[in-house]
This record gives sequence, C-alpha cells and structure tokens, in this order.
Amino acid sequence: MNVVTRGFTGRRRDDPKLPPGQYLEHSFPVLQAGPTPAVNTARWKFTITTETGAASSWDWRQFTALPAEDISTDIHCVTQWSKLGTSWRGVSLDTLLDGIPTSAGFAMAKSYGGYTTNLPLPDLRDGKAWIAYEYDGAPLAPEHGGPARLLVPHLYFWKSAKWVNGLDLMKQDKRGFWEQLGYHDYGDPWREQRYQGD
Amino acid sequence: MARTAVPGRLSWLVATVGETKEETATARTLALDVPGWPGHLAGQHVTARLTAADGYSAQRSYSVASASEPDRLELTVQRVADGEVSSYLDEEARTGDQFEVRGPIGGWFAWQPDDPRPLLLLAGGSGIVPLMSMIRTHEAVNSRAPLQLIYSARTPDDVIYARELSERARLSPVIVVTYLYTRLTRWRKTPAQVTPDREVSGAQKHGGLLSRHLTHPAEPAAASDLPPVRGYAGRLSADVLAKTAFPPGLSPAVYACGPSGFVEAASNLLVAAGYASGDIKTERFGPN
Repeated sequence: MNVVTRGFTGRRRDDPKLPPGQYLEHSFPVLQAGPTPAVNTARWKFTITTETGAASSWDWRQFTALPAEDISTDIHCVTQWSKLGTSWRGVSLDTLLDGIPTSAGFAMAKSYGGYTTNLPLPDLRDGKAWIAYEYDGAPLAPEHGGPARLLVPHLYFWKSAKWVNGLDLMKQDKRGFWEQLGYHDYGDPWREQRYQGD
Repeated sequence: MARTAVPGRLSWLVATVGETKEETATARTLALDVPGWPGHLAGQHVTARLTAADGYSAQRSYSVASASEPDRLELTVQRVADGEVSSYLDEEARTGDQFEVRGPIGGWFAWQPDDPRPLLLLAGGSGIVPLMSMIRTHEAVNSRAPLQLIYSARTPDDVIYARELSERARLSPVIVVTYLYTRLTRWRKTPAQVTPDREVSGAQKHGGLLSRHLTHPAEPAAASDLPPVRGYAGRLSADVLAKTAFPPGLSPAVYACGPSGFVEAASNLLVAAGYASGDIKTERFGPN
C-alpha cells in the first residue's frame, strides 16, 4: 500500500525483462567501494579452495586456454539500473568446478583489493555463472572488473565480484563485504532482495 | 546509532516535503519530514519510491545532504537528462507532497564522527552531496579533524552549497575549500602554475593548520595568509593534489564521490601519489 505522490506520473516501461523497482540503463555505470586495483595478468591467479583446504589454481595462460563461452544476458544492479542484452565471454564455473570434490553448500568469492561476496554454490553451477574476461568483444576494462570478474547475472550485480581471484567453498554460509553492511545474502532481483530482511 | 548501516529490516517511511531550495539551475534541496527516520551516518543514502495514482512506482537512490537528526533529512537532487524521478523532485514536488523513503543504506562510504584522522574530501559535481553531510556533521559534533574539500565543478554557477561552504571555511579554523573549475579557461591559474613563492606559502598554511589542530587542538585559529576558499581553472591532477591536499604521510581518510570518470581519475591519482588504497572510499554515480 504505497503513498500516492501528487503530480508524479512516471514513465511507463512495462518491459517484462525489467525486475521490479529497476529502470533501463543504456550506459554501463561503475560501482565499487574503493580504487580500481591494478591487476597484472602476468601475476594473475584464480584459486578454488574447498572446505578441506584443497586448492586448485589457474594462471592467466591456463585459464584463458580453457573452453570459453559467449554469454548474452541482462544484468541488474541493486542501485536500480538494469542493462539488457549485454555480451560477455568467459569460462563457465561448471568447467572450473569440474572434478573438484566438495560437499560445500556455499562459496565466498574473493577479489584483488579485498572484496568478498557470498553465494550458494548451486547458483554457480549448471550454466548460471562464469569468470568473464571479455565484455562487448574487448578485454574487460579494469573499472568493470578486468582482467576477469565473476558473472552471476541472475543475482544482483554486486554478487558478480570484480577482479575475482578465488572461491572459498564453505559448508556454512558467511557474509561478504556488502552482505555484512546490510545487503541481502541471496539478492534475487525478481524478488527484490536488496537488503537483509527483504 | 549502530556502527553498521542497516540494522534489521528496512521499512518504507512516509516522507513529506517541507522547505525546498534551488541550489543551482539544475539542483534543488528538499527538506523532508520523515516520522520514524532513525538518523544516519554522514555519507549514507536513501532509496526514494514515488508512486503514481494508478499504482506505477519508481525507485531511485539519493545521498542524504544533511547531518543526522531524527525524523528529518534533506536530499539535494541533481536533475539528470531524461530523469524520471529527478525531474519530478527538481521541478514538480512542492511543500506537502509525499513519497516514501527507506534507509539509511550503505555503511561503507560513511564517516564516523569520532574518526580523528584528517579528512580529505574530493567531490565531482553533485558528488558533493554526501560529502556535505560529512562537513555538516563535522561541525555538528565539533570535530577537531582537519578537513580539506577539493570540489570540481564546471563553473562557479554549478557549485552547490557555495555560500554555505565559503561561510564554513571562513569560520572554521580547520576547513579549507579548493574549487576546480573544469569549464573555465580564463580564471585563476591552477596551483601547478603559480609562482614558487605562492606554492611555498600554500604549503606553510597546511603545515600550520595541521600542527595547530593535531598537536594543539584548543589553540584558537591564527590569521592565515591564504584564503580558506580558493578557486582554480582546470581539472584534478597530480600537481593539484600535491599542492592542495594533505600529504599521504598524514594518512587522511579519503572520500571521493562524483561521476564515474571523476572518481576513477581521482582514485588513480591518489593511489599513484602514495595514499593507501584502504584509506580511500569511493562512491560513483551516472554513466561512465
């Protein structure tokens, strides 16, 4: 039961691709908590660590030699913008998680610069998540998370950690950077899970 | 209030427009009466939800401009081209109109009033808004932290809160304001271009300010040979930073807010100049 705002008519954009409370953005806004870290692909490493401490790592050459996929997807930021039909290229998490024994239910994505975000592990499987290194046919720009970022487009975009360098698989959920500051643990844009309690 | 931003569930509160004030040709402040508003940390924002008579609603995020107080807050809204909500708030909303807000949101880009570190604020355009909340809070709590604002705007006419900033800088012994006008060419030279004598006296002023307020906090302000408010033509650069900002060795708490391009440039300059990444907090808005 919303308060009606006198004189506000708004602009109807009944696009079925827009989740509730979102508006259509044509540019690509940048959101991050601090400076853009300089990440050199010569020293880049991506590591998956299981709940037992077993680690699997890829350097940039090994990572970019893995089978890659082209992804066309809509993205939704918790700050209310959505961008439709974005184009990415990256490695599916299915490929990276393949053959890693785990009974973990959750993952903490970790980044150069110290950013973290938590996700249920099933949300990273079955063709729902990638480590992306190209955007719109070009290497991913540093301010958009380059050289590589997590891409989990079915959740609000803060879950798609920029400058990602690893996943810690966890049996119990823990909160990441924004989640500790009150943002939702799951972040489904279609259920408008912006903040804890939504 | 709690140090974490968002305690428990955030519910929508009814906001009633009180006074409004035109700040520039394209920015307007709305004072809102919000019964139940718990107060906020300087730097935090709210989500505003406007609902049309037929039930259609739209949400946008706005930084709080005022210092924390219960049941009341101020937003300063910069009109954006084609802005569905900003054009309503800037042009249509009037005293007595109602919409909804929830918050405060965002406990990262926030200044704790008991933080004793020097405060270096970098604003691009309407990125001044959350920083103004910090400046107002700084006075409200009688903070002794030396404060520098470097505010990049297109022209003097685009400066939001110009009169209040001048007044605060004039009255406070710890506040120094530097304007950078990016669309002016025939204005004062940038600090990078001024004569060596003047550069030296500028450095002395900062040194004097700091030693006065870091080591003798109760000592009254001494007359200064440089105005507490200065304006230059040009953009933020390594030279401007070196000649106007607290040096990295003082480990200031740095907050940079503005359009993405400004914040990207500012934070890269800061890191290159030796400021610790962990001391730099950023908030960006608008397209790249």
